[in-house]
Amino acid sequence: MHLSPDQIIYWQYGFFKLNATIVFTWVLMLVLAGGSRLITRKLSVGLERSRWQNLLEIVVTGIAKQIEEAGLSQPQKYIGFLGTLFLFIATASLCNVFPVYQPPTASLSTTAALALCVFVAVPLFGIVDQGVGNYLKSYMQPTFFMLPFNIISELSRTLALAIRLFGNMMSGAMIVGILLTITPFIFPIVMTLLGQLTGMVQAYIFSILATVYIAAGTRVRKPKPEPVKD
Amino acid sequence: MDSMTIIAVASIVIAGITTGFGTMGPALAEGRAVATALSSLAQQPDASATITRTLFVGLAMIESTAIYCFVVSMILIFANPFWNHVIVQAVKK
Repeated sequence: MHLSPDQIIYWQYGFFKLNATIVFTWVLMLVLAGGSRLITRKLSVGLERSRWQNLLEIVVTGIAKQIEEAGLSQPQKYIGFLGTLFLFIATASLCNVFPVYQPPTASLSTTAALALCVFVAVPLFGIVDQGVGNYLKSYMQPTFFMLPFNIISELSRTLALAIRLFGNMMSGAMIVGILLTITPFIFPIVMTLLGQLTGMVQAYIFSILATVYIAAGTRVRKPKPEPVKD
Repeated sequence: MDSMTIIAVASIVIAGITTGFGTMGPALAEGRAVATALSSLAQQPDASATITRTLFVGLAMIESTAIYCFVVSMILIFANPFWNHVIVQAVKK
């Protein structure tokens, strides 16, 4: 029983190990990037479109709409980052139907890397949007004494993002593995289906949380309304 | 009992207790959250998109406490650091 795909090692040369996490991450990256490249090679703007172009347009406009509804009014600026997060995690869990596949998101290294990307992206987008001074000032909202708590929340939510995704993905693989030893015929398939649903929900949640964090970091502070004199 | 047996017994028992008790609170909390969301959906069907999104995000937040407990018990069973330490000590002798 493997706790994570890090422990499945295909090839080793001294210090360098080629484990299942790295292999399947690169396979997914190649499939996603190569597939998009193949589809966008000949795009049409007329009414005659290929099926694949329609599919990609549905995906991209759907993600952009979700980002906009979550509070970022210009989704085109952020869809490169947030859309990639969603698509990677969603494909990582959907590909679970293939036999030898191990989801790379069931390894703590992958989820920690994704969470660190969010951890870096939030201040980056915030600084680009409202400048260094204004962004740093947002840590002192509402009062100066909240500064340590704001920093702690920044760190703890990164940890929570990583552990949440890891726990959900790992538990799916683990439950199927345990059930295979108890009831080996039909029931693991049902649990795999449930795992697909959980994977999609987790992909949605990871990207929507990243969106909400970025939206909180980029929100331009409105000037305080003047007190009404009477 | 030698120390290996004590560690094994303690790890297995605590792993069960961790998941058992750790999922009780989040289960109650998720039930309440879903019930409240359903009644507000019945009252305001127009706001269903916002309510559903907030519900999902909130459920993920609540569920993550149960997931933490699950991860701790999985570590206790499959990747127990104390167990590995004792095995290394036994091999050295």
